[in-house]
Amino acid sequence: MTASARRDVAVVAFAQTDHTRRTDELSEVEMLMPVLHAVLSETGLTASDIGFTCSGSSDYLAGRPFSFTMALDGVGAWPPISESHVETDGAWALYEAWVKLLTGQADTALVYAYGKSSPGSVRDVLTRQLDPYYLAPLWPDSVALAALQARALIDAGHTDEPALAAIAARSRRDAAAHPHAQLRGARPQGDYVVAPLRTGDCPPVGDGAAAVILAAGERARALCARPAWITGMDHRVEAHSLGVRDLTDSPSTRLAAERSGAFDASAGRPVDTAELHAPFTAQEVVLRRALRLGDDVRVNPSGGALAANPVMAAGLIRLGEAAARIHRGASDRALAHATSGPCLQQNLVAVLEGDPR
Amino acid sequence: MTAVPKTLRAPLVVEFPFTRSLGPVQSAFLTGLRERTLLGVRTEAGRVLVPPVEYDPETAAELRDLVEVDATGTVTTWAWNPEPRPGQPLATPFAWVLVRLDGADTALLHALDAPGPDAVRTGLRVRVRWAAERHGAITDIACFEPYESTAPRTRPRPHDGRFDAPVTGIVAPARLDYTYSPGRAQTAYLHALAERRTVGERCPSCAKVYVPPRGACPTCGVATTEQVEVGPRGTVTTFCIVNIKAKNLDIEVPYVYAHIALDGAALALHGRIAGIPYDQVRMGLRVEPVWSEDGRYPDHYRPSGEPDADYDTYKELL
Repeated sequence: MTASARRDVAVVAFAQTDHTRRTDELSEVEMLMPVLHAVLSETGLTASDIGFTCSGSSDYLAGRPFSFTMALDGVGAWPPISESHVETDGAWALYEAWVKLLTGQADTALVYAYGKSSPGSVRDVLTRQLDPYYLAPLWPDSVALAALQARALIDAGHTDEPALAAIAARSRRDAAAHPHAQLRGARPQGDYVVAPLRTGDCPPVGDGAAAVILAAGERARALCARPAWITGMDHRVEAHSLGVRDLTDSPSTRLAAERSGAFDASAGRPVDTAELHAPFTAQEVVLRRALRLGDDVRVNPSGGALAANPVMAAGLIRLGEAAARIHRGASDRALAHATSGPCLQQNLVAVLEGDPR
Repeated sequence: MTAVPKTLRAPLVVEFPFTRSLGPVQSAFLTGLRERTLLGVRTEAGRVLVPPVEYDPETAAELRDLVEVDATGTVTTWAWNPEPRPGQPLATPFAWVLVRLDGADTALLHALDAPGPDAVRTGLRVRVRWAAERHGAITDIACFEPYESTAPRTRPRPHDGRFDAPVTGIVAPARLDYTYSPGRAQTAYLHALAERRTVGERCPSCAKVYVPPRGACPTCGVATTEQVEVGPRGTVTTFCIVNIKAKNLDIEVPYVYAHIALDGAALALHGRIAGIPYDQVRMGLRVEPVWSEDGRYPDHYRPSGEPDADYDTYKELL
């Protein structure tokens, strides 16, 4: 497909739940439904108007088998709909929906993601995504692996503990005005969880959901005053084994950004906002370096994953936050990033643009 | 206005022993651990990968060129773990480490037994501490320990990867502990069952009553809110005769398993039919629940004695 023949596809609506430590009173579909209704009512669409529905979640988080099929009750899957699911962050569900729209198989798409970490221990749960032969039997938890990465960065002279604390403080300060964030405003850095990472360097554990609506061409203009056009999107994966990777760098993020056009001078305007999915403070350092972001780029004005990290939805929320910033005119060209796997193993980058003002 | 019932909670354990087969390279590596031999694999570019993989992470070329490396190495990065979690290699505070074994070009993740974080640094020299009992698993390395030595480091030596009684598979037990809470709609359903009542929820849009309620109408995609008591009697809409006895089930075969549309419900539940010879169960049979002494749901349904329901009354619920 040539660039000129490509359809224009935009994020036209975004909603997220309040992110909280636990939601015992809600099943996953009960948690999800309000955000589905929010994006539908924002666009005036009904479930039957949606051309394609795609979701991201993982049953391991809450220990509920086939929970994504239960969640389908919330989208009104009768009469039958065109639907798909990815067992990873909803950002990858958005990628699938984007391709569906690009290929002309649908004009609108509903993308949603949810994660309930409260019923289990997310640190233990995430060990089950590791290589089952050499890693999983040792139960290295998500904080431990992130801490190995943080130490490598400190040893390489790319950051230090005060700099990491500053990232944590800036993120929570930025989240102070965010109505949905779980950690809002200043808080102590706390003790070491796994050194060199302290409580403040780690994301909150919580439950939450998010949804976006995508639309193509004139449909997008009809549904949204200032659509956030997806001018490029790409995702890349690195070797599974941590010991073969340079943990201080993220070549997959850089490549995904290049392929999504983030650095194209022909765009005529630079990226002004970056929503980076960095659950741990040190990962923001890795991503900023990999993307060569200058100080003129506003990073995570939403507070990022350090303020709310509903696993499986936090990456989709980065795309949604970037799009919402374009919708309200606070950004003209934004980069959104999502990650999955240990130590930034998989990375997705999208570039979103608003119409010139 | 009824009081909001207390949210139910119960422990839930998800546990499975994954049985995995090993390819030639992983088999040699894990068998080697059992024999206190550390193997890596050499790539076409000459790099030695430890732990070894079967395909080159950069070129995807098949790798079979095994080499033996030393049980000593260097810490490339580390993290101090003050509170070990269940299943981790050591129960006392330890350092997670990536260790590049002497002769290897890549690093292996494991635990380092050290008195405290001050005793650990990147570049620290360490050696393998073998587990007392070894079975051919990554846990045959109990952990690493600090080891200062002036002994010369040897080069990787070719190894044919052959051992007596090679390990060809591993069983990877995985246990995750949860606290299950069923959400608002199912909590209400379970509370009602405890009183031997069955409640569904009505969709505000299409007016269908869903049972058991899950909080959403799958047709309209909206929250179901209004609680509606259904049953206790119902109609068999369809059924099957089970002829094979399930393991650990003390119900004699043959028995009948049926879909039962409780009066007032818009979809059928399933349940066992008893109190009637299996070959006399039929569509349209009217049934009522039979609760066991301390049961939290009907043990089975039996004929209620009413005349059969007319097909038209349940044809939409098939």
